[in-house]
Amino acid sequence: MQVETLSEYAEVAEALRGTVGEGGTVRVCGGGTKLCWGRPALSGAVSLPTLGLDSIVEHNAGDLTAVVQAGVRLADAQAAFAEAGQMLAVDPPLGAGEGATVGGVVATADSGPLRHRYGGVRDQVIGIRAVLADGSVIRSGGKVIKNVAGYDLGKLFTGSFGTLGVIVEVSLRLHPLPGPVLTALGKTDDPQVLHKGAISLSASALTAVSLDFRWERGEGWLLARFGGGAGRSQAQRAEQMMEAAGFQTSVEEDDEALWADQRAAQRAPDGVVLKVSALPTDLAGVVRAAESVEAAAVGRAGLGLAWLSIEQPAPADVASRVEDLRARLAPRPVVVLDAPAEVRKEIDIWGSQPEPLLALMRRVKDRFDPTGVCNRGIFVGGI
Amino acid sequence: MERENAKGLLTQFERALAPDRVLTHPHELRTYESDGLVGYRAMPAIVLLPDTAEEVRNAVRICHEAGVPWVARGSGTGLSGGAVPVEEGVLIVLTRMRRILEVDLANQRVVVEPGVTNLQVSAAVSPTHFFPPDPSSQIVCSIGGNVAENSGGAHCFKYGFTTNYVVGLEVVLPDGEVVNLGGKEMDHPGYDLMGAFVGSEGTMGIATKIVLRVIPVPERFRTLVAFFETMEQAGHAVSDIVAAGIVPGAIEMMDRLAIQATEEATGAGYRLDVGAALIVELDGSEAECELAFGEVVGICERSGSVEIRIAQDEAERQLIWKARKAAFASMGRLSPNYYVQDGVIPRTKLPEVLSAIDELALRFNVSVANVFHAGDGNLHPLVLYDQSVPGEAERAEEVAGLIVQACVDAGGSLTGEHGIGIEKKRYMTKMFSDADLDAFQRLRCAFDPEQLANPGKVMPTPRLCGEVPGPYRRHPLEQAGIAERL
Repeated sequence: MQVETLSEYAEVAEALRGTVGEGGTVRVCGGGTKLCWGRPALSGAVSLPTLGLDSIVEHNAGDLTAVVQAGVRLADAQAAFAEAGQMLAVDPPLGAGEGATVGGVVATADSGPLRHRYGGVRDQVIGIRAVLADGSVIRSGGKVIKNVAGYDLGKLFTGSFGTLGVIVEVSLRLHPLPGPVLTALGKTDDPQVLHKGAISLSASALTAVSLDFRWERGEGWLLARFGGGAGRSQAQRAEQMMEAAGFQTSVEEDDEALWADQRAAQRAPDGVVLKVSALPTDLAGVVRAAESVEAAAVGRAGLGLAWLSIEQPAPADVASRVEDLRARLAPRPVVVLDAPAEVRKEIDIWGSQPEPLLALMRRVKDRFDPTGVCNRGIFVGGI
Repeated sequence: MERENAKGLLTQFERALAPDRVLTHPHELRTYESDGLVGYRAMPAIVLLPDTAEEVRNAVRICHEAGVPWVARGSGTGLSGGAVPVEEGVLIVLTRMRRILEVDLANQRVVVEPGVTNLQVSAAVSPTHFFPPDPSSQIVCSIGGNVAENSGGAHCFKYGFTTNYVVGLEVVLPDGEVVNLGGKEMDHPGYDLMGAFVGSEGTMGIATKIVLRVIPVPERFRTLVAFFETMEQAGHAVSDIVAAGIVPGAIEMMDRLAIQATEEATGAGYRLDVGAALIVELDGSEAECELAFGEVVGICERSGSVEIRIAQDEAERQLIWKARKAAFASMGRLSPNYYVQDGVIPRTKLPEVLSAIDELALRFNVSVANVFHAGDGNLHPLVLYDQSVPGEAERAEEVAGLIVQACVDAGGSLTGEHGIGIEKKRYMTKMFSDADLDAFQRLRCAFDPEQLANPGKVMPTPRLCGEVPGPYRRHPLEQAGIAERL
């Protein structure tokens, strides 16, 4: 079943109320680039497309803020902000046809290399408008960066995978574009060197735009990107630090492809991608764990976040590899992002959660969506 | 469930904590009847001083079983009445829980108990690292309070707020259950309940362990104060700095009256013949800082600054800051009392909001001094009055309310860092619709269906949580006359 593209918040409300009346469920869909994430959706869920919510409502360049509808493609929003020398400091992989929408990125809290300096999606969302299952259109936050009036539902909805209601509009803080960028690059085949280099760079006074690592087939890279008028001198200092730590080094002027590769490695359309929430000092351990399951790894070296990808795995052994990895990295959370449909049914996508916390999350879900209309079943604990 | 008298729980509390940490004498309770906003007072029946998370848990559980409302309190420096006790309820004071549990600089983490002060966090990780949120009360205010209020400070525009630095919380929920929200790692699976908890003003539970992110200290600071004839010129300079893509570590403005008061109080050497002072501090790597600082000086000159003073050393830097940090405290030089507001506006609306404030001051014949976190648009208008003159306090409060209205009308917010508490809850409907408030209530009810945690705060009118299973029972808050069933 298909609902026509919705272009008004009232239409979203009507669609939800109608579904509640029929005892059904909806599957909220933006660009459709991450629909495979989370637990499998219930069969028979009505697709609720948000692509019609496609306008940039406000771009207040002087205030470094914007109000954007959920269906706006992130790439289009960035192009508009760039005209004023600004950006939304969120750069996840954009998926097929660069289709990722602002709403989808907020709902999944997806992120990319810019997270090192600017924080995650949660740190950019300053207000949110959502339609709840009962059709009420609600708003929290506002259009100013600093604001503590009322509860921060923006954070609650960010990363909620559409299970609390349909995000229809977000207010965002923007940042100035970092200016001309270049990257200090270090190469090593020793996970320990990679680890030490990452720690020393993130502890330094250098202000990198991004600080990433990459590991595949026994070789590792540390990438530190700098921008602005002082970018070159900072990149040179970073290169010296990498050299001292035992890396083979260079400074790359034309670094766009390097970073596109970092983002791309967070997805594997035909393979499996696992997201590991570790600590920076776990880096060598994460790299060795990745090797043990024949995975490549990229991630934020200063934050401890890593994406492990396994290309074309045999479906039969994915579940055991995931469990091996979880055991090895415990208690660090390991979440399955991309995975072929046939293996998604077999594996625990989110990992286990302690019961009191899960009970609290269920109470939140029940208050916002008591009949389980919105994206039922796809989230943690089957929420 | 009949609501028990809090005093009837005395023996249970004494067993759960220790008799000397359960206060009931009126002269002991008096200390806790208000917080930093001294206009609101209430006497609790019992004050508890737990030492450990286990004691907090037991105390909350006893309250829950008896249906007695309670309020958590840190150092009591809040400016919106968020820690004002419930009359005849229980007050849980966290200041004895002041252990720093772990310092992990390699991972840029520090784990603390809620009673640790904001400044102690930075001290624990110095000299290499620091904790960016820095409310003016940082010497005494507690991290638990910072978490409850999502506290800010002068460095928010560049560095963000408390919420951007909390990565994990151990929380005692209002039913006495303990949950861990987040952890040392980022991005724990599930709802970002930690993000919802930070800034919830004590209405969702008590954080008994707090994991914070700290960051390396910048290697260079450059600080200046530029004087302008008008606030408008100074505002113009701020806009141009931001438009140039420069993100100062701090950017603060004071108007003529604020300069006058702080200069009398501190003798920091600010010029008195000007309409505005603009403090700009850049921080970062050496190269980055030097490059941008030259641009800032040029922008101030072009915006018509009559004098720019550049701090040549740390002592001069501290002198520039001394005046700004003393702003609230020095208002006593001008007036016996003041009423401070905390509205936020989109920065570009500064000229129109300032002229609206001027008009209000004229119309009501009151003086208003303005201190302004210029980067993020957070205004602190100080409405001056004399309590001993009949009617002045009411007039000041009315002006303050109208200023808040002007901020909201300009697309801003009721509060940037002080919180809603008791004081601003009546303004909530200026900013939020019934549906919005209902959504807030849904979240609150998920955490605290009986609404025993800090009742009477944040929401403009008390509401009960629906769907109490079984036959109708009077809610403890109904019995206490705090809430009515709608």
